[in-house]
Amino acid sequence: MKNIFSRPKSLKKAAFHYCAGCGHSITHRLIAEAIDELGIQDRAIGIPPAGCAVIAYNYFDVDMLEAPHGRGCAVATGMKRVLPDRIIFSYQGDGDLAAIGTAETMHAANRGENITVIFINNAVYGMTGGQMAPTTLLGQVSTTTPPGRSALLDGHPIHLSEILGQLPGTRYIERCAVNSPANITRAKRAIKKAFKCQMDGAGFSLVEILSQCPTNWKMTPVNACRWVTETMAKEFPLGVIKDLKAQAPTS
Amino acid sequence: MQGNRVIGEAAIRAGCRFYAGYPITPQNELTEYMADNMRRAKGGIFIQAESEIAAINMVLGASAAGARAMTSSSSPGISLKQEGISSLAADELPAVIVNIMRGGPGLGNILPSQGDYFQATRGGGHGDYRTIVLAPASVQELADLTMDAFELADRYRNPVIILADGMMGQMMEPVEFHAPPPRRYPECYVLKGMGQGKSKFIRALILDAIRMEEHNWKLYRKYQVIAQKEVRCETFWTDDAEILIVAYGTAARIAKGAIKRSRELGLPVGLIRPITLWPFPTQVLQGFAARVDDFLVFEMNTGQMLEDVQLALGNTARIQFYGRPGGVIPTPAELAKVIAYQLRKK
Ligand SMILES: Cc1ncc(C[n+]2csc(CCOP(=O)(O)OP(=O)(O)O)c2C)c(N)n1
Ligand code: SF4
Ligand SMILES: [Mg+2]
Repeated sequence: MKNIFSRPKSLKKAAFHYCAGCGHSITHRLIAEAIDELGIQDRAIGIPPAGCAVIAYNYFDVDMLEAPHGRGCAVATGMKRVLPDRIIFSYQGDGDLAAIGTAETMHAANRGENITVIFINNAVYGMTGGQMAPTTLLGQVSTTTPPGRSALLDGHPIHLSEILGQLPGTRYIERCAVNSPANITRAKRAIKKAFKCQMDGAGFSLVEILSQCPTNWKMTPVNACRWVTETMAKEFPLGVIKDLKAQAPTS
Repeated sequence: MQGNRVIGEAAIRAGCRFYAGYPITPQNELTEYMADNMRRAKGGIFIQAESEIAAINMVLGASAAGARAMTSSSSPGISLKQEGISSLAADELPAVIVNIMRGGPGLGNILPSQGDYFQATRGGGHGDYRTIVLAPASVQELADLTMDAFELADRYRNPVIILADGMMGQMMEPVEFHAPPPRRYPECYVLKGMGQGKSKFIRALILDAIRMEEHNWKLYRKYQVIAQKEVRCETFWTDDAEILIVAYGTAARIAKGAIKRSRELGLPVGLIRPITLWPFPTQVLQGFAARVDDFLVFEMNTGQMLEDVQLALGNTARIQFYGRPGGVIPTPAELAKVIAYQLRKK
């Protein structure tokens, strides 16, 4: 009998701790599949964040180095400069990447560090219990915006991927989702492309994933998937934000 | 050669291959030296980071990837690095961090000070950890201790702080660089990708309390070994001394000048100069307290190492303090007056 579905080699035999319907689990699997298909398990090094994915090193069967909250891109920079032929990816939530780690992210991108960032945008601080994230939508209720996020008091949802797209140092940025089979397929293709970008030495690549957090959104997994398309993707449109892959790298 | 540049040259000769830093006076010449010379060294990497936080986290990544790595800053920037230093200690990763201290608190000024003693010797960041703290008092010692710092960091897989001040950093003195031994750092602690072997990870998060406790005790045992083996201290004119000055770094240099003046007047005064501030030469002090009754702690702050001297000596000796904080550089003549006054009181 032909085996057509199994655990990717780059995932350890461990059960995820993520809540039912969580986008982290799906994204982990996609990353592992991409690593397998590109044949880079031996030389990939992951940088997990502080956030719900903090123990990602229990799941990925590749070398991993935990970064302090938000510092993934700086840690990745140090690693990649020392080991230029390894494939370094940081895995970061919206709070991690787009609030506390904004400076590290912007400047790694601006230097054009040849690293790959997987950016999990779930519009909340998942791990700490559902506080407002920099990406929380206007009107969205969180534990620190009980009446809903107010533009006046709390500011607007930040579009970091678009901002990073403005920097000459970035090569490839795409926003995807993992709320439907079609979106999952696209997300996998984007992650693979981002790794390929790094393997070709082309520069900074980032894939933003709109990722369900049913627990803190207080929704069923099915409704959470629906909310991604119907509400979240209206604020954060899916698609390629930047792709200079076709051009030769600048010196 | 200037102190700041000497640190850079010594680091490169010691095999430092990764440097990240952010400009701050009075240590800019070190960052600039690394910018000029790191790329010349084989495989050397220099990054001007966007902040001290980024710099220390780059060092964390580089260290885990197996490079000898260093960052440098001055007081306010060292505050920002504390998150990373705590992480390095938790991860048991080697790194060298240079603090060319200036007047504080807050933005303070850019003049020499020793206000960061507590921060350096008590871990500095959050959590139950220690860093080895080396306090050079000459340009030659800046070179020697910088090289030793990399050895110590590797041996104990722990961050090592070089604690100097603006005076040391700016000072010009002749210097000789000795040849450091080749690096022996076990590959098993390096993350390079799993290759054909098993995957590894390095992390500071340990959610289980019992395992976190074990990790803390493991670190504690390591610190005990360091405290036993790595204490360094210089003594100067102590043989017949009736009063001993305890001072480190620039203050110790000033103290030597004051002691020479005092000796010319026949005053029996000597110096204990801790070279490692952590581990602190507690036993050396206790040894002297068996025959000397008076100690004068002299610092360029309002009394920080003073507490370590008090801890070491308790009620076994009289402990006085003289200090000038805020970037004031006291003169040997000024300290000699304090010495004379103390001896007259006896
Ligand atoms: C310096 C620091 N501040 C705060 C925290 C607490 N903390 C842990 S994870 C987190 C936010 C996580 O949110 P996000 O990055 O969006 O990841 P998610 O859990 O949603 O995937 C915070 C604030 C920390 N670990 N370190
Ligand atoms: S809290 Fe949200 S992000 Fe965290 S595991 Fe649960 S569903 Fe996923
Ligand atoms: Mg989040």
